[in-house]
Amino acid sequence: MTREEALLKYVLRLGDNALILAQRLVQLVAHGPELEEEMANANFALDYLGQARMFYSLAGELEGKGREEDDFAFQRDEREFCSFLLLEQPNGHFGDTIARSVLFEHFYIPQLEALANCSEPRLAAIAARAVKEIRYHQRHDSQWLTRLGDGTEESHRLIQESLDDLWRFTGEMFEGDEIDDIVRDEFGGPDLGQIRETWQHNIAALLNEATLRMPGEQWMDMGARSGRHTEHFGPLIAEMQYLQRSYPGLRW
Amino acid sequence: MSKDWPLYEVFIRAKSGLSHRHAGSVHAPDDEMALNHARDVYTRRNEGVSIWVVRSSNIIASDPEETSAFFEPAKDKIYRHPTFYEIPEGVENI
Repeated sequence: MTREEALLKYVLRLGDNALILAQRLVQLVAHGPELEEEMANANFALDYLGQARMFYSLAGELEGKGREEDDFAFQRDEREFCSFLLLEQPNGHFGDTIARSVLFEHFYIPQLEALANCSEPRLAAIAARAVKEIRYHQRHDSQWLTRLGDGTEESHRLIQESLDDLWRFTGEMFEGDEIDDIVRDEFGGPDLGQIRETWQHNIAALLNEATLRMPGEQWMDMGARSGRHTEHFGPLIAEMQYLQRSYPGLRW
Repeated sequence: MSKDWPLYEVFIRAKSGLSHRHAGSVHAPDDEMALNHARDVYTRRNEGVSIWVVRSSNIIASDPEETSAFFEPAKDKIYRHPTFYEIPEGVENI
């Protein structure tokens, strides 16, 4: 694999992560438990959607075959998406949504911080902008995690269950492949081993503050980097892609 | 849920040098979340550089019933306004 091919695939993966989480959060729009949380969620969904668009636009430039952001989002099949399994998991209850975001954002921030210093200037610029948005998401979501964990007996039980259920999807974030290696070595991209240490340290501190138990070592579900997904992914992109699949090229 | 959450008043500083102005209110379970909610609801379009939130119950407000005693005496004292001076030409910002 050439370094250019690896960079293109890496940028597409970044776009996939942002797009799939955006789609999940968009599904919650108009279902927020509070007006204020509704606004926060919609803001966050738009942040992720905006990031997906920037990553896909860059991917289109890198590929140079005339594909645009919409082609990547709406004209690819399930196996071509390399987003983390964690992100396609259903919204569930409020605690499930918060736990999913917290687990991802603690990975995504150090990833973006490293990319902001990489040698591909367009990617570095997108990462520098995106990390500001995600730092706020992380603040908001982590504060909720603390309050749910340290809240009532019921909220504590529910958020602990959310963490236990989602934990098996966290391992693959750190399991790099050839593409991760090339982006690290050739472009000064993130070191996944370092990110894992940062993640474990920060998540442990947060769970401790939230009076929650860190789930133990266990079997980890993998698949993202090879395009394998859980059963939730098909319905998600079916809904997301419906319009462009039925009416290809349709515009507002 | 929000009926159980206390109300907070939100004040936004639009840019450095200006004072905070009342923007509206939010419900929130505690002070930190009130700050988040204020940010999410009132600064989406680049409205501010600083936010204050304060529990509405901590604001001591004048009583509408006392409006006449509080404010009307000042209406008769027009000499408190600097309207009897001629402003020299070229003086700005008065």
